[in-house]
Amino acid sequence: MNLAQEGETRQTGLPVARALPLSNVSNALECIDVSKRYGQRWALARLSFVLPAGASLLLTGHNGSGKTTLLRLLATLLRPTTGRLVLFGQDGVAERATLRPRIALLGHTSFLYEDLTARENCVLLARLLGRPASEVDELLDRAGLAQRADQTVRTFSAGMKKRLSIAGLLLKQPQLALLDEPFAALDPSGIAEMEQHIRSLSRAGTTVVLATHQVEHGQTLCTERLHLSAGRATLA
Amino acid sequence: MTHALFTVVGLVVVGGGLYLLVRGPASLRAGVAVLGLVLLISGAWYGLSVAPPDREMGNVQRIMYVHVPAQWMALMAVTLNFFCSVAYLFRPGWAKDALAEASAEVGLFFGAVGLVLGSIWGKPTWGVYWSWDPRLTSEAILLVAYAGYLALRRFIDDAERRAVWSAVVGIIIAVDIPIIWFSVRWWRSLHQMQSSPSTVDPDMVRALRWNAFAFLALWLVFLSSRYLIARARTQREVAPPPLAAEVAT
Amino acid sequence: MSAGRPPNLLGATWVLVRKDLLLEWRTRARANALVFFSLATLLLFSFALGPDTTILRRAAGGTLWLAILLASVLALGESFRVEQENAALDGLRLAPADARALFLAKSLANALLLMLLGTVILPVLAALAGVTLVQGPGPMAVVLVLGALAIAGPGTLYAAIASQARARDVLLPLLLFPLLIPALVAAAKATSLVFEGDPMLQFRSWLGLLAGFDLVYWSLGFVLFPRVLED
Repeated sequence: MNLAQEGETRQTGLPVARALPLSNVSNALECIDVSKRYGQRWALARLSFVLPAGASLLLTGHNGSGKTTLLRLLATLLRPTTGRLVLFGQDGVAERATLRPRIALLGHTSFLYEDLTARENCVLLARLLGRPASEVDELLDRAGLAQRADQTVRTFSAGMKKRLSIAGLLLKQPQLALLDEPFAALDPSGIAEMEQHIRSLSRAGTTVVLATHQVEHGQTLCTERLHLSAGRATLA
Repeated sequence: MTHALFTVVGLVVVGGGLYLLVRGPASLRAGVAVLGLVLLISGAWYGLSVAPPDREMGNVQRIMYVHVPAQWMALMAVTLNFFCSVAYLFRPGWAKDALAEASAEVGLFFGAVGLVLGSIWGKPTWGVYWSWDPRLTSEAILLVAYAGYLALRRFIDDAERRAVWSAVVGIIIAVDIPIIWFSVRWWRSLHQMQSSPSTVDPDMVRALRWNAFAFLALWLVFLSSRYLIARARTQREVAPPPLAAEVAT
Repeated sequence: MSAGRPPNLLGATWVLVRKDLLLEWRTRARANALVFFSLATLLLFSFALGPDTTILRRAAGGTLWLAILLASVLALGESFRVEQENAALDGLRLAPADARALFLAKSLANALLLMLLGTVILPVLAALAGVTLVQGPGPMAVVLVLGALAIAGPGTLYAAIASQARARDVLLPLLLFPLLIPALVAAAKATSLVFEGDPMLQFRSWLGLLAGFDLVYWSLGFVLFPRVLED
């Protein structure tokens, strides 16, 4: 078991947090004294936690508490300003390229091209993953979008875009699924569908991080809980 | 061989001087600034009265004693910016970023001075303030480019992004320098090329060197001061969040 | 479901180029507007420089490339706006898509758009300025291709930067214009030689400069784009 290295971090000359166990591969993710600054504001401040593989974490907090930032960080889209992020035993910054195929993010925004059809959006993702395009049809069917597969996303409702996004997430078969407000803008049947997707992800052994305001939906799905307030972890 | 030796010695002197001025107290910088001003004024006197007028151009040539050192300072600053930018991309550090910002500004300043002086020289020599001389034209383009670099820095709020992206842009601009130079020369080779004067008289050389040292002193002071300002500003920006226990309850 | 092999750099570039071209086609109203913008620019230049057709004729090469350059600022900005709409670029990064493939694909797509633009406005310019392709369409095509590449390469890199900074509409041209002056000079001069004939065989030198510029900046962009894209 290695200890975190002391010494200057890349940017601020702050010492890295000491004496925390590292690279325990049974942990899906480890945040070690992670802070993230946006301009003048610290979106995340000295966050430390670990999440075992296969667990599901409910991430709560008000708007602006840093939930989205944390999820984007875990998705390796951002790098921590200070501190260290370890995902599946690998460094979240240095080994981004090998980590990204195993991580999927259902974001605030849909990551979709409005002027491409549902199918085209999915096929693009499939091609970048190296999957055959035939898998896309099956997936769109499961997501209930088979009828609208050849219409541009611009014509879709918010709920349908969400279903398309989750289809993209499932296509990836990720080891780590990050969900940012998955229940937002969904009607009750949509919410039920989403809950089912999340449950099947957990059953398949995927580590899940679920950020939501609607705690009542998330509670039954998650094994762990983390509350953020002004970028810090607090007891809810 | 002597050229190489001169360059190395020069680098050591400049680098050492910069280091001392940055690490030293403000009084040291003030002292060097005063020294620079003294050298500048005495150099002006020397250049205007002691050195003889140029055989071909007469007294107009005297402006070269300040025009040429200004150009040298600009070139040095720009080179420094390039190396800082490259170094930053290899291993990020706030010192390199601050030095890059400082050198871009100092380079812009001295470049503008050089350009204006060159233009002033042009009026009696060529009859016009601007004759599309390849050297001055290239310099004008570069000044706009570095103004863009500084504008970019102003328009990015995030400190890390600002550092990385400025480094990228700094490299791109620096790589363009030879390209701009050649293309402008070809562009102008269709027309008559003006020659610039050379100094051969020992008094002229002395005047040039004197002013060069004056400019160098001022360059070092400007650069070190600007570096410290940039450094302080980023330190404030990236000051880490307090530990939870330190937050006032 | 099977786990496939992700594509290599060229494969990913190809996938992304198709995506960009498909998007351009779907939003072709925008490309149309761009063409009309360039035509309007040509008119503006003609009015500003004319009505003496001798001047217009001599300035034809420069006018063409200025029109393309001004339109390119709009085109380049748009090419990243579409990525920001739903943070699609983040989705691509996460896919994962190699940042270098993203650079090549976007730059190529932008270059193709500019080539198309140049081809469309060329006959109009020829009519307005009273010039013909004395050297033939072949050399003109070469200039168009090399010039479009010169604008699109560094332009894509700068557009990526500007799209995430403040004052992005001003920043992109401010950064791009001084950089492109050598390419502008070369393209304009080469085009003038196509219009007027090349008694002193200078065409090759200008093409050489343009090609050299393209090589340097596409290589530089290829290497530096990942740093721009990744935080």
